[in-house]
Amino acid sequence: MARIELQLAHSYARTVRSDADYALLPLDIVFEDGGAYALLGPSGCGKTTMLNIISGLVTPSHGAIRFDGVDRTRATPQERNIAQVFQFPVIYDTMTVGENLAFPLRNRKVPADRIRERVGRIAEMLDLSGQLDQRAANLAADAKQKISLGRGLVRPDVSAVLFDEPLTVIDPHLKWELRRKLKQIHHELGLTLIYVTHDQVEAMTFADQVLVMARGRVVQQGTPADLFERPRHTFVGHFIGSPGMNLLPVEVRADGAIWLGGQRLGRPEALALPVGPLTLGIRPEYLRLASGDGADTVPATVTQVRHVGTSQLLGARVGDRDVKVHLPADAEPPAEGAIVRLALVGPHTRYYRNEELVG
Amino acid sequence: MSAIVKPVNQKAWWLILPVILCVAFSAIIPLMTVVNYSVQDIISPDNAVFVGTEWFTSIMRDEDLHAALWRQLLFSGAVLAIEIPLGVALALSMPARSWRASAVLVIVSLSLLIPWNVVGTIWQIFGRTDIGLFGWTLARLGLDYSYVGNPVHAWLTVLLMDVWHWTPLVALLAYAGLQSIPEAYYQAASIDGASKWAVFRYIQLPKMRGVLMIAVLLRFMDSFMIYTEPFVLTGGGPGNSTTFLSQYLTQKAIGQFDMGPAAAFSLIYFLIILMFCFVLYNWMLRVGTRDSEAAHD
Repeated sequence: MARIELQLAHSYARTVRSDADYALLPLDIVFEDGGAYALLGPSGCGKTTMLNIISGLVTPSHGAIRFDGVDRTRATPQERNIAQVFQFPVIYDTMTVGENLAFPLRNRKVPADRIRERVGRIAEMLDLSGQLDQRAANLAADAKQKISLGRGLVRPDVSAVLFDEPLTVIDPHLKWELRRKLKQIHHELGLTLIYVTHDQVEAMTFADQVLVMARGRVVQQGTPADLFERPRHTFVGHFIGSPGMNLLPVEVRADGAIWLGGQRLGRPEALALPVGPLTLGIRPEYLRLASGDGADTVPATVTQVRHVGTSQLLGARVGDRDVKVHLPADAEPPAEGAIVRLALVGPHTRYYRNEELVG
Repeated sequence: MSAIVKPVNQKAWWLILPVILCVAFSAIIPLMTVVNYSVQDIISPDNAVFVGTEWFTSIMRDEDLHAALWRQLLFSGAVLAIEIPLGVALALSMPARSWRASAVLVIVSLSLLIPWNVVGTIWQIFGRTDIGLFGWTLARLGLDYSYVGNPVHAWLTVLLMDVWHWTPLVALLAYAGLQSIPEAYYQAASIDGASKWAVFRYIQLPKMRGVLMIAVLLRFMDSFMIYTEPFVLTGGGPGNSTTFLSQYLTQKAIGQFDMGPAAAFSLIYFLIILMFCFVLYNWMLRVGTRDSEAAHD
């Protein structure tokens, strides 16, 4: 187990001309010992690159990676003592399930009785106990991926276990169960887990700390609640949540009041916002329909009402922008085409300048 | 279960008729001709005598045939024992991508493009001690090398020629098998701390099983029927030391015009190849899967 520090940048191209040539822009991150982390971001954001740099499959082109303060930039995965689980199951066809699980231990010359004990324990956690003597090649994809997970978890002394979208091939109902298992294993074994995914639900339910990545950058690191309540970047606001944060261009006038077009939205208390153009962000969950035609609200035309299980999702147009609003499931929804009034400024409203949070 | 009664439709026979005709003309009728020869003594086109199994009996007792068969088995065994491991080793050392991979592929497959009798001629010249580089070098090293005079030398030269000619085929097949292994397997093995040998034993070899099976069958069938190269190189000599089954058969059928024994032998030859391929195929299908062992441990 180890505390992992990254101070590096990586480019797959040999000559670097612009920021676009970087798979990872210069970054400085610490993964604390025993934490459960998720790297969350869209495809191509650099999350798998970062994972492979941590495991040692990729050597960063600039900077260094330290395990417990020791520079390990050029160490092999073996020397770093990392375990990694890949997107698609990797199993050794000619071995049984038990031999597959024992393989990482056998390669490290662990005594046979210790191997038996570890394999037995991991197999029990993953519900593979009954299949230890079966040939791994004949199993279904999700059982194979459980074996891959098991091989990642079987070594008790690993610095960290890395997961690269490990549940992609798993059926949705099993996904939920396996994720819960991973979480439980994390509590039992106290390993450092780093989990790459593009699925925010997966990241939020699995990790204590989520790192949201975009275009080779970590745009925000925080707890799932942080990411939801205080997105530090408009990308995070939009990417996290379903649907994401509503973002509207507004203007702060000299008196501190916020205006959208020709409409005054209000004056947020206890916030010193810079005068000039800003982006206002509010989550659909915090938007409410205002009653009457009170001050500091904007008119919006309802374009769509959908029932999404636990709530109703309202689509509305404010000026030339689309806005989403979550209504309680039992609320009486306005008809499509009706004019409603929305209160955009409230305690959960965030303000951004140049995509960065300012208040 | 549903109670749908299928109507009987005999028209389907017309649909498989083309296949029956093709197979009949390409395989069954020629084979039957051979069967026809093997059970008759054809003295002249109008005068044939049915002899039953007489040709088979006599050919089975033929000492020369026994010798040729053992020679053939030894040769095919040696070919497989050398070419398969060598081909795999070659494939493992070939570059995986970039322009070098294409260059190496072309160079490796060059020998496969040479007509068989040309291969024989090349080695005939190559092995001569007066003008051939190989023979001359061996002679210069003080070896009394002669593929025309010494049976062992002739034998080794034929074997070497076959290895030179056909190992690239095994290498290409093994290379194709290696290329189909996803990168994640190597990454996982590296994470699992597998040694180079373990990677070969548990990833590369199992993933190459299918192509290696094809390679073994192809090389077995082909080496068991070898004719042109030793015929050009040694003519089957010295003595009978490099007379393999095909050449023996040709001597019988064309040299001595013993059509009856030659036909009987052709059938036996065919059955031997069929049997060996069947046994090899089934053995290789099982080996490495360990279905039987897994049930016990």
